[in-house]
Amino acid sequence: MKAFTFERAHSPADAAAKAVATPGSTFIAGGTNLLDLMKLQIETPRHLIDVNRLGLDKIEGVDGGGVRIGALVRNTDLAADARVRKDYGVLSRALLAGASGQLRNKATTAGNLLQRTRCPYFYDTNQACNKRKPGSGCAAIGGFNRNLAIMGTSEACIATQPSDMAVAMRVLDAGVETVKPDGTTRTIPIADFHRLPGDTPNIETNLIPGEFITAVTLPKPIGGTHIYQKVRDRASYAFALISVAAVVQPDGRGRFAFGGLAHKPWRVEAAERLSGAKEIAGTVLAGAKTTPQNAFKVPLVERTLGAVLAEAKG
Amino acid sequence: MNDRTPETASTVTRRGVLTTSAVGAAAAALPAPVLAAGKPEPARSVPTMPVTLKVNGRTRELELDPRVTLLDALREHLSLTGTKKGCDHGQCGACTVIVNGRRINSCLTLAAMHDGDAVTTIEGLGTPDKLHPMQAAFVKHDGYQCGYCTPGQICSAVSTIAEIKEGIPSHVSGDLTVKPQMTVTEMRERMSGNICRCGAYSNIIDAMSEVAGIDQGGVDA
Amino acid sequence: MKFDTPATTNPIDQMKVVGKPHDRIDGPYKTTGTAPYAYERHDVVPNQAYGYILGSAIATGRIKSIDTSAAAAAPGVVKVVTWQNAGAVKKPDAVTAKLLGGPEIEHYDQAIAIVVADSFEQARAAAKLIVVDYAREKGAYDLKAAKSSAIKPQPGYAGDPDTAVGDFAGAFAKAPVTLDATYTTPDQCHSPMEPHATIAHWDDGKLTVWTSNQMIQWAKRDLAEAFGIPQESVHVMSPYIGGGFGSKLWIRSDAIMAAVASRACGRPVRVTLTRPMMYNNTTHRPATIQRIRIGADKAGHITAIGHESWSGDLPGGQPETAANQTRLLYAGKNRMTATRLAVLNLPEGNAMRAPGEAPGLMALEIAMDEMAEKLGMDPVEFRIVNDTQVDPENPDKPFSHRDLIGCLRTGAERFGWDKRHAKPGATRDGRWLVGMGMAAAFRGNITMKSGARVGIDKKGVVTVATDMTDIGTGSYTIIAQTAAEMMGVDMDKVVVLLGDSSFPVSSGSGGQWGGNSSTAGVYAACVALRDRIAQKAGFNTAEVDFADGKVTSGNRGVKLSDIAGIEGLSAEDSIEFGDLGEKYAQATFGGHFAEVGVDTATGEVRVRRMGGAFAAGRILNPKSARSQVIGAMTMGTGAALMEDAVVDQRFGYFVNHDLAEYHVPVHADIPHQDVYFMPEVDDKSSPMKAKGVGELGICGVAAAVANAVYNACGVRIRDYPLTLDKLIGEMV
Repeated sequence: MKAFTFERAHSPADAAAKAVATPGSTFIAGGTNLLDLMKLQIETPRHLIDVNRLGLDKIEGVDGGGVRIGALVRNTDLAADARVRKDYGVLSRALLAGASGQLRNKATTAGNLLQRTRCPYFYDTNQACNKRKPGSGCAAIGGFNRNLAIMGTSEACIATQPSDMAVAMRVLDAGVETVKPDGTTRTIPIADFHRLPGDTPNIETNLIPGEFITAVTLPKPIGGTHIYQKVRDRASYAFALISVAAVVQPDGRGRFAFGGLAHKPWRVEAAERLSGAKEIAGTVLAGAKTTPQNAFKVPLVERTLGAVLAEAKG
Repeated sequence: MNDRTPETASTVTRRGVLTTSAVGAAAAALPAPVLAAGKPEPARSVPTMPVTLKVNGRTRELELDPRVTLLDALREHLSLTGTKKGCDHGQCGACTVIVNGRRINSCLTLAAMHDGDAVTTIEGLGTPDKLHPMQAAFVKHDGYQCGYCTPGQICSAVSTIAEIKEGIPSHVSGDLTVKPQMTVTEMRERMSGNICRCGAYSNIIDAMSEVAGIDQGGVDA
Repeated sequence: MKFDTPATTNPIDQMKVVGKPHDRIDGPYKTTGTAPYAYERHDVVPNQAYGYILGSAIATGRIKSIDTSAAAAAPGVVKVVTWQNAGAVKKPDAVTAKLLGGPEIEHYDQAIAIVVADSFEQARAAAKLIVVDYAREKGAYDLKAAKSSAIKPQPGYAGDPDTAVGDFAGAFAKAPVTLDATYTTPDQCHSPMEPHATIAHWDDGKLTVWTSNQMIQWAKRDLAEAFGIPQESVHVMSPYIGGGFGSKLWIRSDAIMAAVASRACGRPVRVTLTRPMMYNNTTHRPATIQRIRIGADKAGHITAIGHESWSGDLPGGQPETAANQTRLLYAGKNRMTATRLAVLNLPEGNAMRAPGEAPGLMALEIAMDEMAEKLGMDPVEFRIVNDTQVDPENPDKPFSHRDLIGCLRTGAERFGWDKRHAKPGATRDGRWLVGMGMAAAFRGNITMKSGARVGIDKKGVVTVATDMTDIGTGSYTIIAQTAAEMMGVDMDKVVVLLGDSSFPVSSGSGGQWGGNSSTAGVYAACVALRDRIAQKAGFNTAEVDFADGKVTSGNRGVKLSDIAGIEGLSAEDSIEFGDLGEKYAQATFGGHFAEVGVDTATGEVRVRRMGGAFAAGRILNPKSARSQVIGAMTMGTGAALMEDAVVDQRFGYFVNHDLAEYHVPVHADIPHQDVYFMPEVDDKSSPMKAKGVGELGICGVAAAVANAVYNACGVRIRDYPLTLDKLIGEMV
């Protein structure tokens, strides 16, 4: 871990302003991913801005029936919130399928969206990784890529976004509220928040430098049966091989987003007009680019989706 | 990129292990071992900052390098070595402590982020002469072997029972809209962030069941 | 004391303390965080500096140049030590690759430098400033590719690599029912919860280390060899060890690098390996390819059994002896085994919990399941039909005690095996296909010379000192029970001191020999102390009774505390084992049973129930022995379902080198486990009449799980671990 200086922000706008004032700044909230990466010098901030005490830890109803989740709401609190449990069950389920009790007590809503990939080559600084060191190459292609992406990959990167929460946020059409260093605010639709790797896998979101997430909003509840099915190699405390976030209506139609497939939560709205797991999965996975190790994800998506649809049907 | 000498590059190419996805003209085709080494930086003195922690009820004032994790503050600066470092990356749970009433991985948080916080470690739960009920239950049910993950397991076990009572749901909770039940299935899921390589899991659940007052009769609930 | 004739009645047979499920005496320390592990010894020596090891970024090749100047100039850095300035340090013969590498690189993450600084944070940051210029060379990393170049290794501790009895080829060709199948097991990592760690301190040419090591005397020997000093100049202490499973049998780079750095800096240095470094810097259980051929008559009697195993290791390394148990486990007149070793430039392969048998039974016990199905026999009955009470290669050599049949029958009954459907895929529970599987457990019983010193003081407190270690096995407690039984005192009157090289040399902890051997050593020392006490009391030593803190002969009794007096009394002895291990085949046995669910949609496998019955001689403490077995069952479940150190075959290293990516079982993976010990004493094994139990539990369990998966869903996987990607392609 490189040496850094440390200060506490006093407000969201102050945080954003501080971030651009000091080169090499990074916000720290829960720290559960950032410190992990800093210890390995995958992240090397020179200045940390502690944003934990900004009061952004409330979940509140908004006009029109949705909710606004403060950026610093801990994963445990979000999953346990009565309104979320009742109206956005897929979000609770996704959060509870992720990490461990200890990590969920620390990890925040905004930080969860910004989790970086678990690609083992990203994690080993001896290896080539365009995400960690642009231009160095991608050791994962041709290497151990059993759990890496099959959708939206590029020649530069086949990493996946590891967040479970983000997959549920995607199926719920969440919005990401931010404040920019100049003090202006905006809401980024979750669909536009994460980027595909392209030639710049090191740039993972559409946030601009210093832009600070203040909240995540959920539109008014859409009803339906909420299911988050995570498929993994052990019963708990493991990243998804694939996951399905689903909100299925009584008529069998639904919304489906997938984790473990791409550099962002993967959702193909056009597929949601179809019915049947085979048809939906076929459209969702159109253009899949697999390796011998991760080709199993294609049938796994269809099978898991089939189980989800059956479960929703009851 | 000292590694990219023609000789080495050709060796690697012959082996067919050239990574295939270099980006841009300046791309490094080789996985570069020297990536790990940054450019030498001028020596700077490391600034420290004051941090006050309330550990096991006692106020402790420290002057710390900002890089010091809560775990290392406890182990290296306060000599509270009951909290263990098993992985230092949030992957094992050996470092679990209770901060402001919630269990966390002390390895993945900076001491500086906890200025003023109340920290309970294994030493704060009980002592060999006066064991906490969970510690006593671990002894009775042999809920440990090598003992290294044990303090984290116990802090987590105490918190797990509290979390179930508090009504926090888990991955295995059935209906999200009702309070979770005190069952071994709930406990196993919630304890899964605490790895025990010796494999004392079955006994740990027995110990927790006793403390939680549930009769599992040696079988799954 | 020489143990060369079967044990007769002795004070241990009283079983007043031994054999009781006593809580661990170290429990109150371990559960309160007050048991000190190696890296935590702030108290032992002042002015400790922090060392941080840099590992090699390549697997094979050499360092062309290394620039440590920036690291040396970084804040707080005391010194940077590499092979260039370390001073003389020899590779101990007991390890395969150098523990301080450079300029030649033998494997990935081989230690090449250590940064010593005033703080951990400073040392870690400075280590990243070292600039290394490598010249990669070609290495061999793929066992499958190297298999054809594998050679017959030198006979090792496990005997000759080739064995043959009768006419295997002829009998196999003639057998009406045959199986010829190949199985693979992956590289596995011990992953103890405590990373390898050492504090080293030099004083006047003498080296003291506080470390985490299973075999104190080996550590002492190897450190002396490394630094060219007499063994008397090395002091090793390891009172608590946070798990080893074989990875701490020999000193690793933490010890050598701490000692090298301390010598170079003139200051005590503490070093811990980081978790990500453990996978490629230390040892692992090597992957195997195993071909098994079994031929049987139609009644299920094995007529031919052959087991060949291939594994790899660094030059000068050793094979994984995965065919070994097949020499002894089942009957059959015509038999062969062969063990072959390829050169691989991966990190050093070495012993991990039940080396040989653990991976060997992963294969053999699937093969037995496959044969039973071909024969239309119940898998339990097929094994029972092929039981043998003698060494099948050497029918004149009986087993000292063998109750495999009892284990299988008892285990089956307790588990409810009769409810199993022989036809795969027949049981469904909602989304889950449910199946049962079983396997035999077998692990050789090894004995090792072991010594102890036992003393008694004026308060009647018995103190045992031995360099034996407790790696979670319960040594503290069973040694205390042994001393309490022998001396006739209560458990709270016994103090046990372990893990210090200034104490008598013990068996150490490994190969499941520690429990039986070390307590037998304590028994021997207690016999000597009893003699001294009896003599001092003026008794005929043959006619004394030690009970209730007194020694009694006839109607005269004297308190031990009075006999000990101000000076106290002590005695030292060791147990030395004669040739009973050659006259009798000695082994431990068991039957594993597992029930699994396979998700019909996702192919995820979850263990629903497990249990088994085990025969391992006298069980010295049923509570801690049970823990050994459930722990081994847990590790075996990991082997069955998830553990796989994946080799990047381009760059020669284990890619998934942390606990997030190298999966071991978590709480949610493990159900309640039922363990039953067969009532048994084995008078050929030691005066304790006990055998090992620490490794037996992992032997066979993975195959029981794999067989249950087959029974559940009808997909036979011969390539461990049984991950869902291998299943869903075959499932309907």
